[in-house]
Amino acid sequence: MKRLILFLSSRKSWTLPYILFSAVFVVIPLLLIAVYAFTDDNGHLTFANFEKFFEHPEAINTFVYSIGIAIITTVVCIALGYPAAWILSNSKLNRSRAMIVLFILPMWVNILVRTLATVALFDFCSIPLGEGALIFGMVYNFIPFMIYPIYNTLQKMDQSYIEAAQDLGANPVQVFLRVVFPLSMPGVMSGVMMVFMPTISTFAIAELLTMNNIKLFGTTIQENINNSMWNYGVALSLIMLLLIAATSLFNTDDKDNSNEGGGLW
Amino acid sequence: MQEEKSIIEVRHVSKFFGEKTALDDVTLNVKKGEFVTILGPSGCGKTTLLRLIAGFQTASEGEIKISGMEITQTPPHKRPVNTVFQKYALFPHLNVYDNIAFGLKLKKMPKQTIEKKVKSALKMVGMSDYEYRDVDSLSGGQQQRVAIARAIVNEPEVLLLDEPLAALDLKMRKDMQMELKEMHKRLGITFVYVTHDQEEALTLSDTIVVMSEGKIQQIGTPIDIYNEPINSFVANFIGESNILNGEMVHDRLVRFCNTEFECVDEGFGEHTPVDVVIRPEDLYIFPVSDLAQLRGVVQSSVFKGVHYEMTVLCDGYEFLVQDYHHFEVGAEVGLLVKPDDIHIMKKERVCNTFEGRVIDETHVEFLGCEFECAPLRNIQAGEEVWVEVGFDKVILQDNEEDGILTGEVKFILYKGDHYHLTVLSDWDENVFVDTNDVWDDGDRVGITIPAEAIRVIKKVDVGK
Repeated sequence: MKRLILFLSSRKSWTLPYILFSAVFVVIPLLLIAVYAFTDDNGHLTFANFEKFFEHPEAINTFVYSIGIAIITTVVCIALGYPAAWILSNSKLNRSRAMIVLFILPMWVNILVRTLATVALFDFCSIPLGEGALIFGMVYNFIPFMIYPIYNTLQKMDQSYIEAAQDLGANPVQVFLRVVFPLSMPGVMSGVMMVFMPTISTFAIAELLTMNNIKLFGTTIQENINNSMWNYGVALSLIMLLLIAATSLFNTDDKDNSNEGGGLW
Repeated sequence: MQEEKSIIEVRHVSKFFGEKTALDDVTLNVKKGEFVTILGPSGCGKTTLLRLIAGFQTASEGEIKISGMEITQTPPHKRPVNTVFQKYALFPHLNVYDNIAFGLKLKKMPKQTIEKKVKSALKMVGMSDYEYRDVDSLSGGQQQRVAIARAIVNEPEVLLLDEPLAALDLKMRKDMQMELKEMHKRLGITFVYVTHDQEEALTLSDTIVVMSEGKIQQIGTPIDIYNEPINSFVANFIGESNILNGEMVHDRLVRFCNTEFECVDEGFGEHTPVDVVIRPEDLYIFPVSDLAQLRGVVQSSVFKGVHYEMTVLCDGYEFLVQDYHHFEVGAEVGLLVKPDDIHIMKKERVCNTFEGRVIDETHVEFLGCEFECAPLRNIQAGEEVWVEVGFDKVILQDNEEDGILTGEVKFILYKGDHYHLTVLSDWDENVFVDTNDVWDDGDRVGITIPAEAIRVIKKVDVGK
């Protein structure tokens, strides 16, 4: 009792709302996922949900296909986003800060609104919806998340590294390949995380931009849960969660100790 | 003759950043194999000059040659120079070995050659066992050594060093100074070294280039610069000194502190106002006796390790004295200075002179403002004139609004009994002020000039 009073009167008590919040909205749901994934309809402990997943080629195919789409999206985002970030961060090419806002601006519009607009645009131009449209939509939606962290690292990069490389005889291409690009890796890694994770789990973009013809893993999960297949759907979510957790572990493995990484977190 | 041996030639180089002039018509020759130090307070343009030689910035005017080749517009990667940066700028994604090998790999040298060169460079800086260490795991001094190794491994004709020791602690700095000097001897290449530390400059250099406000003030050997400073800025910046107003009575006789002294300088003319410089270690201090040229009272005494530093008040003038002997505060002492320890400098100016324009009989415009002045005779309104104002007539005010114009204190010189300030007005003209009040570098002040202090002179009278 005494301890409780001591806790409530100390500054630590300010953390209480946050503790409660994360307990209710993060920890308990995660526990529920774990519990549901390993039980059947009657609440008995079972691995049947996972067995079902590994026995169903359809589910595995969707899973692999989703990863494939996510990888393609991420690679395209890097290929388009890196030069954009580089141009934005280069004071000779870009003198106004407004340009950066222009690139970030699409993030202010709701993702569904943007995607619906894309569908309308494709219809208007009579471009068939499908895989191509799907990748376009994904890239369009997530590219700001790639540009911004890369822009941040490039922007904060110490100019003296570039000068040192020039001084040692590197021409502009060599300066970029040997110094600027390697040093911007933390930004690229955060960008990859920001793009890869949501593209794996998204289903709204896939539904809208392919007229429901292409199923992604997110769609499969949503369908199962909508059809009251709670335990199976949750097991699939858990698999996805583990995959995402694995990629983020890969990211923090990178030996950057806080200073240069200019990610969104 | 001298031209042939020059490895770096800087000719009439100026650099402007927008409105600001960073370098103003700088001309400098560096001889092959020399250790040259560019010395000056922060913001004097010394780093800009180095960056122009390295190629990180291009000169607005003038030309730079290295080994006789015009390189004013050459990009840095094609110049035969290498730089040691102030903050080392070691690549954090490469280890020590790869940092040093960076330049060699770009030159596509064979692997064995690179390895040999990197090893010998590491040995040169005393870091032999650190090849595969992460650069982040090294201390400041070690990083600096790697940065030096990374530059010298390319065998440049000129090594540029931008305040390389500024981030190190005192002890480390002293050790590195000795090592740099040793290295310079062994390598035989030209070093151009930028620093704001006068002691470092005196210790290391063959030649010192003193800069201030974008201009070269003096070029010379450390001994020349120390013993024969060309103006009060150099005298004040290099070492400590007593700088006083004096008057050259005639050749070899100077008057200051209400006393006449023998000296060794000639050719200043008779009864010419001059600046007198006496180094604090050149003043002899002893109990009052007939030998004393000046008599005074000790105002303060501080133990400095090797010597005592005392201030002595003689007839209203304060002298800084360094001596091994200690005198108590309040003690009456005599001072003596040998004739060849008195350094005489021509005064750059004896009063403020501005370009102005007459507005009407009692008003004149200069320094971008209108001033009231004593009634003018024989001068038409609108006429261009010279305006003279005595140093001691200018009034500085704490409150910027109280002044007719405003400015910033740029440079403070203690003249024994008063301060001589350089105030940069907001119209970018220097106003020189003598005052007894204490101001700080960078203080914003209001400037007032009373009407009776303004002397208006027709341009024709002065021009001839």
